[in-house]
Amino acid sequence: MISKNAKRTVKALGAATALALSLGQVAVADGHAGKLKVGMLTTLTGGGAGLGVDIRDGFLLAIEQSGNAGIEVVVEDDQRKPDIAVQVADKMIQSEKVDILTGIVFSNLALAVAPSATAQGKFYISPNAGPAQLAGRGCHENYFNVAWQNDGPHEAAGATANKMGIKKAFIWAPNYPAGQDALTGFKRTFEGEVAQEVFTKLGQTDYAAEIAQMRASDADGIFFFAPGGMGISFLKQYADSGVDLPLVGPAFSFDQTILPAVGAAAEGVLNTAQWAPDLDNDASRAFVESFKEAYGRIPSIYAQQGFDTGLLIASAATKADVKDADAFRAALREADFTSTRGDFKFGNNQHPIQDFWVRKVIQLDDGTFINTAVEVALEDRQDVYATECALDW
Amino acid sequence: MSTILLIEQILNGLQFGVMLFLMAAGLTLIFGVMGLINLAHGSLYMIGAFAAAAVAGWSGNFLLALIASLIAAAIFGVIVEMTVIRRLYKRDHLDQVLATFALILIFSEATRWTFGSFPLFLDIPAVLKGTVILPGGIEYSLYRLTIILIGLAVALGLYLLISKTRVGMRIRAGENDREMIGALGVDISVLYTMVFALGAALAGLSGALVGAIQSVEVGMGEPVLILAFVVIVIGGIGSIRGALAGAILVGLTDTLGRTLLPVLFSSFMDGSAATTVGSALASMLIYILMAGVLIFKPTGLFGSA
Repeated sequence: MISKNAKRTVKALGAATALALSLGQVAVADGHAGKLKVGMLTTLTGGGAGLGVDIRDGFLLAIEQSGNAGIEVVVEDDQRKPDIAVQVADKMIQSEKVDILTGIVFSNLALAVAPSATAQGKFYISPNAGPAQLAGRGCHENYFNVAWQNDGPHEAAGATANKMGIKKAFIWAPNYPAGQDALTGFKRTFEGEVAQEVFTKLGQTDYAAEIAQMRASDADGIFFFAPGGMGISFLKQYADSGVDLPLVGPAFSFDQTILPAVGAAAEGVLNTAQWAPDLDNDASRAFVESFKEAYGRIPSIYAQQGFDTGLLIASAATKADVKDADAFRAALREADFTSTRGDFKFGNNQHPIQDFWVRKVIQLDDGTFINTAVEVALEDRQDVYATECALDW
Repeated sequence: MSTILLIEQILNGLQFGVMLFLMAAGLTLIFGVMGLINLAHGSLYMIGAFAAAAVAGWSGNFLLALIASLIAAAIFGVIVEMTVIRRLYKRDHLDQVLATFALILIFSEATRWTFGSFPLFLDIPAVLKGTVILPGGIEYSLYRLTIILIGLAVALGLYLLISKTRVGMRIRAGENDREMIGALGVDISVLYTMVFALGAALAGLSGALVGAIQSVEVGMGEPVLILAFVVIVIGGIGSIRGALAGAILVGLTDTLGRTLLPVLFSSFMDGSAATTVGSALASMLIYILMAGVLIFKPTGLFGSA
């Protein structure tokens, strides 16, 4: 039976793999008819779905709180696949006629979608991904980033590693644009020596081989960037490996979306971000309260970035009509909203100039793990690519 | 690279291979006996991990969690076999692929509804935490060592089941000539359901074992499913022995490739570039291996011609 069908079997296996690689898509649409239409394109299924869900929820909360019935939001899933993201983005632009696209978590997807959206005269406002390519020479007048340029949190982690007294660092990240930005960012501020540099597969779940290399290296500290499920897998395996070098990293590797699944393995670790849930300002406190009330969980930085993105769009919508692109762009550039992270303004490349905080993972009395703000790691930090950007306003 | 590191990496490759074997064994068994391509095998792996995480969270007992993963995956396997899969045996492989693909979507969304989008917590049991020192001064994770032993024990058990027992005889007969054993009075549909449940249980066990050191999340099964397909194609479709050989080959190739290639490239390139090129090539390595095997043995290492 096998021999007769061998050829067909191979064919079917090919189809099987193709299907498995392109898992289906889920669409949620809500909102009302209005004059400003936002396409929220983010990762809602598969690995990394938690991040997209947080961005979406934070964003929708901000739009809802703005009370502006004229803003309509269409939500779609990109499945963390560049080809799907491009397809859905084109559909949103051409048949849904959105004015603004936002939502993408992963830099490789943002690189596939943002340039084509801005080329079609739409705004792309990034709530997360900030690849170097879009911040420097490739900057665009219709591309804004509300989160950070990718290097930012890693530069702050480099500064933190210096403070921790790390002299020889083992550094690793997944091999994709944000991973490369991570290592570049870390090395820019880290004053010690790099013992070894490793790139892993994006979405890799087993880190035994890398942990063995850490054990064999003569490093005295480890820097790593591993968003979502990758961070969970690594932290659990690292905690059980008997290697006990100090860890440091950007917030993505220790965020609220992964802390419950990691548990005690992350306790006490220092990590860096533009925000922490207990940051001492009114906007942040109000956001954390209302997010907890609406969704029953502690917001992550992704939720915070989604929320700030919503605030920015809502603030610009009260000042200008999105159909008048120049006026709307000017309104966005003003960034006239109270950011949950405190001071916030855009640099000439339309990326934030902001403080980065050192945060520490602690366990609260009720058993939940949370990041608490410790001190400012880098003050009023602007990305280094801004000088390469030709925009002038 | 020191010998100790190399041996540790070989152990890591072995452990990865053994995990793949647990997945691939069920997949290849189901294909060999019933001629069915089951894409939903990855979902059964996910169900095992979620069942284990839920039971471990409730009872705090890892052994209970493992048993729960076996039972949950087997039960879902039986339900799926009796309601959907049974109608597909006589159909074309492409129909099977389509129907079982739909099952992936249903299982993924149902899991998301039940457990939410955020990863679940499942930890290594306290007795298996930490490391042991192996002869030669190699420090190795006790849990990973346990996984290797469990995997090898399952391989031995499957071998005995299939070559020494009456059920095994029927399974082998079913692979060779389905009509004939039906004519000899064996209830073929019960046999099929049993084989499917066995395959499902193995996938569930593998999900639970891996869940303790990885992230228990929706969609965790699909990347493993793709690797399991690679394994059974290399090993020869339908052969348990092939699945074991293929799994260990893939595990070792992937792990050693990941660590050795960047080192190799850095001997004639500068550090960062070597790392990038080496890791890019390493991620292709198992597919290159598969293509190589298929060129010389189109039916796989242990496939019948």
